[in-house]
Amino acid sequence: MDRDAYLDHDPDAGFLEPDRRLSQDQRAELGLGALVCVVVGLLVALFVFVLREAWPSFAHNGLAWFGGGGSVDQQLQAISTSGDLKHAPVYTFHAWPLIWSTIVITIGAVAIAFVSSLFIAVFMVEFAPPWLRRILEPVVRLLASVPSVIYGLAAVLVLVPFIGNHLITQNEKASVTPTIQLSGSSLLAAIVVLTVMIAPIMIAVFADGLRSVPRGWLEGSLALGINRWRTFWKVGVRTARPVFVAGTVLATARALGEAVMVSMVSGGVGFAPNPVDGLIFFFEPSRPLAATIIAFTEELSSPPMKHTLYAIAAVLLFSSAMLSVIGWAAKQPMRRYGLVP
Amino acid sequence: MTTATPTPARSTPKRSGSSASWRWSDRLGLGLAWFLGLLFCAIAAAIVIYFLVEGIRYLRPNLLVTNPAPGVSESQTGGFLDPLLGTLILGAMSMAVAVPVGVGIAVWLSEFGRPTGLARVAESAVEMLAGEPSVVLALFGTILFTVGQLGFLSQTSHGIVLGQSFFAAAAMLSLVGLPMVVASTREGLQAIPSHVREASYAVGKTKIATTRRVLLPAARPSVITGSMLGLGRVIGDTAIVLLLLGGTLTFQAANSTPLLGLLRGTGDTLTGYIYYNAPTGDGNQPSKAYAAAFVLMLMVLAINVGVDFVVRRSQRAVRWS
Repeated sequence: MDRDAYLDHDPDAGFLEPDRRLSQDQRAELGLGALVCVVVGLLVALFVFVLREAWPSFAHNGLAWFGGGGSVDQQLQAISTSGDLKHAPVYTFHAWPLIWSTIVITIGAVAIAFVSSLFIAVFMVEFAPPWLRRILEPVVRLLASVPSVIYGLAAVLVLVPFIGNHLITQNEKASVTPTIQLSGSSLLAAIVVLTVMIAPIMIAVFADGLRSVPRGWLEGSLALGINRWRTFWKVGVRTARPVFVAGTVLATARALGEAVMVSMVSGGVGFAPNPVDGLIFFFEPSRPLAATIIAFTEELSSPPMKHTLYAIAAVLLFSSAMLSVIGWAAKQPMRRYGLVP
Repeated sequence: MTTATPTPARSTPKRSGSSASWRWSDRLGLGLAWFLGLLFCAIAAAIVIYFLVEGIRYLRPNLLVTNPAPGVSESQTGGFLDPLLGTLILGAMSMAVAVPVGVGIAVWLSEFGRPTGLARVAESAVEMLAGEPSVVLALFGTILFTVGQLGFLSQTSHGIVLGQSFFAAAAMLSLVGLPMVVASTREGLQAIPSHVREASYAVGKTKIATTRRVLLPAARPSVITGSMLGLGRVIGDTAIVLLLLGGTLTFQAANSTPLLGLLRGTGDTLTGYIYYNAPTGDGNQPSKAYAAAFVLMLMVLAINVGVDFVVRRSQRAVRWS
C-alpha cells in the first residue's frame, strides 16, 4: 500500500497521483532517509577530507613514501621544524619502519588470537560444562569492553618490566646498544597485549557464528557415530568459516588502529626490527603507524607535519576500509544459507 | 595417553562415548580447547583482580573530589574530579547523539530500506565506521571543527580555531558508539516476526505508528544493550580525547558563560588521565593512574552488569509466535 505509493512518487509518475501531500509515513521515511544520508555523507567527507590533507605528503614522495631509507625519526624531525621556517617545507618521508612495525605487530597478534579464539569459542559453545559457560560468556564480554588504555597501563607496569628484567639478558642488551636500547618495550609486549585485547572480540563473533550452526546438521553427523569433537570440527567449524573471516577482519581493524595502547608499550622509536637478529627481533622497540600519530599530535600546527600525519591516517583509513570490504564479502555465503540475518 | 585429558570425559554426560576411545588428534584438540579456555579465564581473572587490588590500595576518597594540580610529588598532584566529570559529560553527550541517530538508522534499514542501493550503502557505511580507527576519526574531527563554520563550537585563541572542545570530542565519539547502537537495534527489530507488524497494520495503524508504538517498545532491550555497549566504547576511547578534548587534565572553559563556556572549552577524561599518569606519559604517577583505572574499570563493570541484566530480563519477556 504505502510502499507502492512511495514507488509512484518519483518525478515521472508522481503527478498522476490524486493526493500529492506526503502521508505521515512518507514524511517519516524521508526524514529517516535523510538521516541515513547524513551519516553516509559524513563517511564520504571523512575519506575526502583526510585524503585531501594527506595529498601533499604523497605527492612529494610518490611510492617512496612506503619505502625505506634513512631514519624515520630524523625525517619527521626535519618535517616538523621546516614548518616554522620561512623556506620551503620539507616532505621527505619514508615510512617503511613504521609500516613494518604495524605489519609485524598486527599479524603477530591476529595470528595468535585467531588460533586461541577458535579453540576457546569451540570450547565455550560446545564443550564447556554449563557452569563454566556461564562464567566464560560474561568474561568475554567484559574483556572486550575493557578500555585499551587500561591494558596499556597494566602492560607498562607489569609486562614491560618483566620482559626487560627477566627475558632479555645483559649480553643481548649490550649487543645492540649503539643502535637501540632494549628496555622491555618491544614487539613482544605489543603483540601480547594486543592479543589479549582483540581475542575477546574474536571469541564473541566466532561464538555467535558457531551457535547459529543448525543443530540438525551436527546431530546428523553424531548419529553416524562420529565423535563430538570431530563432528563439531568438521561440521560446525566448517559451516561457520565465513564468520571466522568476518571476526578476524574486525579484530584486525581494531589491532591496526589501536594507537594509544601500542604507543605505550611498543617503544616509541622509529626503528624497523630486523628478523635476522634472531630471538632479539621480538625484543626490539618500534613504533607502528597509529602510534606515530599519537606521538606527534602536538606538532599538528606545523603544516608539512600535519600533511604527513594525515598521510599516515589515510593509509590506516584505506587499510581498514579494505578490511571492512573483505569482511562484508566473507559474510555473503553465510547469508545465502540464511544463517546470518 | 589417558592422563593427557582427564576432565573432558566427565564433562559430556549427555552423550555416550567418552573421549578415551577417540583418536589421539581429537583428544589433543579437546585438551587444547580446555587448556585455552581455562587460560583465558585465568588471564581475565588476573587482569580484573590485579586492578581491583591495586585500585583499592591507591584509591582515596579525596582523589574523587579534588582536581588535578601541577606538582611533582603524589600529595601535590591532587585527584581526578574533573576527568571523572569529563568522562560522564562526554559519555552523556555522545550517547545523546548516538542513540537517536542510531535508532533512526536502524529503523530505516530494517523497516523502510528503500531504495535498496542506499540501504546497502548505508549498511556498509555503518560497518565501515565500526572498523575505523578512532585516531583517524580524531584527525577527521580536527579538520571538521577547525573550519570556520563550525569554529564557534570550540575555543579560539588569537583568532585561530583550535578545534578542541567537548562538542568536537562528543561529535566524533558519537560516531564511535553509533555502529553498536545500529547493529543491536537492527537485530532486535529483525527478531520481531512480521505477523506482529501485520497485526498492527490490520487495525489501521500506519507504519510509523507501528514502529513507534509496537516495534520499538518490543526492541527496547536491544536498544538499551546497544547503547550500553556503545557507551562502553565511548568512555574507553583515548585517542579522540587526546586530540579533540585537549587532554588538559582540568576543565579550561572557553569563556565565562556557565555551561556553554565549559562545553566549548577543553578538558579531560579518565582515559586521558590514565594515559597522562602512566609511566610513559608526562605525569608519571602510577598510583594515580591505578586509582583512575580502578574507577574506570568499575564503570565498565557496571555497564556490563547492566547489559547482562537487560539481556536476562528480555529473555524472560514475551515470546512471539
